Amino acid sequence: MTDVHVLEDKSHFHGVWVFLEHRRQGLRDVSVQLIGEGRRISDLRNTVLTGVLLGNRVDVLATYALGYGLDRVIVVDDPLLEIYRSRPYAQVMAQLIRRHKPEIVLYGASKNGRDLGGRLHAILETGLAADCVKFDIDAEGNLDMIRPSFGGKSLAHILCKKHRPQMASVRRNVFIAPPHDPSRTGEVVHESVELGPSDVDATLVDFQEFVREGGLRPEEADVVVSGGYGLRDPKAFAMLQELADLLGGAIAASRKAVDSGWVPKMLQVGQTGMTVRPKLYLAVGISGAVQHLAGMQESKKIVVINIDPKAPLFEIADYGIVGDLFEVVPEMIGQLKVLKAGASGARTAVPAAAH
Amino acid sequence: MRVIVCIKQVPRAQELQVDPVTQTLKRVGVPSEINPPDANALEMALRLKDQHAAEVVVLSMGPTSFDESLERAVAMGADRSVLLTDRILGGSDTVPTAYALSETIQKIGGYDLLLCGEETTDASTGHVGPGIAGHLDLPQITYASEIRIEDGKVRARRTAEDGTEWWETTLPCLCTVNFGCNRPREPTLTGKIRVERGGVVTHWSCADVGIDPKKVGLFNSPTIVAKVDTVRLPTRAGRIFSGEPKETVRQLLDSLIADGVISP
Ligand SMILES: Cc1cc2nc3c(=O)[nH]c(=O)nc-3n(C[C@H](O)[C@H](O)[C@H](O)COP(=O)(O)OP(=O)(O)OC[C@H]3O[C@@H](n4cnc5c(N)ncnc54)[C@H](O)[C@@H]3O)c2cc1C
Ligand SMILES: Nc1ncnc2c1ncn2[C@@H]1O[C@H](COP(=O)(O)O)[C@@H](O)[C@H]1O
Repeated sequence: MTDVHVLEDKSHFHGVWVFLEHRRQGLRDVSVQLIGEGRRISDLRNTVLTGVLLGNRVDVLATYALGYGLDRVIVVDDPLLEIYRSRPYAQVMAQLIRRHKPEIVLYGASKNGRDLGGRLHAILETGLAADCVKFDIDAEGNLDMIRPSFGGKSLAHILCKKHRPQMASVRRNVFIAPPHDPSRTGEVVHESVELGPSDVDATLVDFQEFVREGGLRPEEADVVVSGGYGLRDPKAFAMLQELADLLGGAIAASRKAVDSGWVPKMLQVGQTGMTVRPKLYLAVGISGAVQHLAGMQESKKIVVINIDPKAPLFEIADYGIVGDLFEVVPEMIGQLKVLKAGASGARTAVPAAAH
Repeated sequence: MRVIVCIKQVPRAQELQVDPVTQTLKRVGVPSEINPPDANALEMALRLKDQHAAEVVVLSMGPTSFDESLERAVAMGADRSVLLTDRILGGSDTVPTAYALSETIQKIGGYDLLLCGEETTDASTGHVGPGIAGHLDLPQITYASEIRIEDGKVRARRTAEDGTEWWETTLPCLCTVNFGCNRPREPTLTGKIRVERGGVVTHWSCADVGIDPKKVGLFNSPTIVAKVDTVRLPTRAGRIFSGEPKETVRQLLDSLIADGVISP
């Protein structure tokens, strides 16, 4: 019934592709992590794993990428592909996919990954499942694409049975990066595609990089002290930083605190921010919207400080304090300092979480 | 100048709960709202209307219950609205949705700027906006938090993971708008009166637009939801302390020490 827009008989489609995002001659984390999962899927399907690299002078990077477990890398090298741009990247990917007919294509669920995937799946008229957290192969050999729905309250199994390729995106830090093996060899294939200056329809006129003023990164920290709209102003984050320092952790924030301009965007936890799974997640003045939970609910221990006993975040808390954060946090800092100094001189507060 | 804003009506996310007995989502009786990022897109359009005397047309695809959101959009200041509504659209995934919205946009015609939200709170894919741009072969700028139009050109600020980008492109184009980048205005009295008078929502069927029935609906969607598992989150201690901070903090720290999360 749907044959009108099925690309072709699906038995003609083979192999797993990973779209490789890069920046400053380095692969992005999410792409490296996807190579690991892509390897597992292609082994299950008994097929070849290909990385696709679009850029300008990216040969060295292509060879390096093989070391993460790819069998080959398809490179399209063109000055017009120097930076990510929606239309040329989508044009090139559409041509490559029509030419080589991969069975599965995986993307990072980054801003650019979604920008590209969303455009491409409409052009190719095939399925694209966003933010997958797990993959399986079903009895008929389809990719079972598992993604959270309703903010993680359920997991939906998405299948794309009749259309090929089956496409999916995955957020950063969902899969673990495979080790790099410099001795691994593979093929680097250069492809040419039809692409002209008229395909470039947008110009990047300015870029201001977010700067990190040092400090531990929330994705890497064992303890994350996260602040929300309840903090009322940016100054209160200094208090959270002090608490985080005492616990050997990093600070993070809800989107509402980020959108208020109190902390940089790169500290945002949640559906449209980062995913963290620390040993301790301490949420201060955060209500617990589903989009926030999506980024932290897998933390080992969750501690909530909120003045409102009905705040939804208490529902998934290991421990909680109902109280005014402007009283509770200073008290906590005080008690931790005492612990650290050692009440009798013999006790030192070392965050066990650090080991 | 004509701006078309695509909005979807969604259940209020905060009110969605899993039924403890059946382990399914309780959707009945949950109040609806304009998908929050779409409300930001609409506000963006209304500001462009204030600056450039643009005409703002709001477009949605869904059941007639979506009229509620379209009427609200008009009460906020949109000029008119279109609802693409047809039973055969039921169960469409992002591919038919982007296709059907593109066809409807072409039927409305004469557009300069198309706006979508960054993503919906019920599907959370963010694929429909770029999908429409792909179908219509338009330039696209996603995650825009500011849009300026000068001399027929668009400049938009895009928030990426590692920094803020400013993109420039030509009209017509499609932008998706960042959630929370502005404060959507409240409906006005004159707006409400216009809605009272009626006729602010136009209903179109697929046949009205010329949408190919073989390209929409559940059976023509590339993806299907094969099954849904309820997530049983690990049970947590759930000990909530209240009272004097001195005491509650001591209880908390003692518990964390006892669990070995921090060591004295
Ligand atoms: C498409 C989309 C994507 C989104 N993505 C994300 C995301 O990635 N991450 C994210 O976090 N959100 C995201 N959101 C937003 C989300 O829906 C919520 O709006 C947001 O998480 C709320 O942030 P908050 O908890 O800090 O603020 P609020 O909901 O306003 O909560 C503030 C809390 O502080 C408490 N409080 C106030 N004063 C005190 C005090 N003195 N002491 C103690 N407690 C106090 C209040 O009781 C309240 O619970 C997204 C929304 C949409 C629509
Ligand atoms: N049924 C719909 N009607 C109108 N616009 C929609 C619809 N579905 C999605 N959109 C638009 O596409 C954006 C992204 O949606 P999604 O891909 O579902 O996350 C939304 O913010 C809307 O602007």
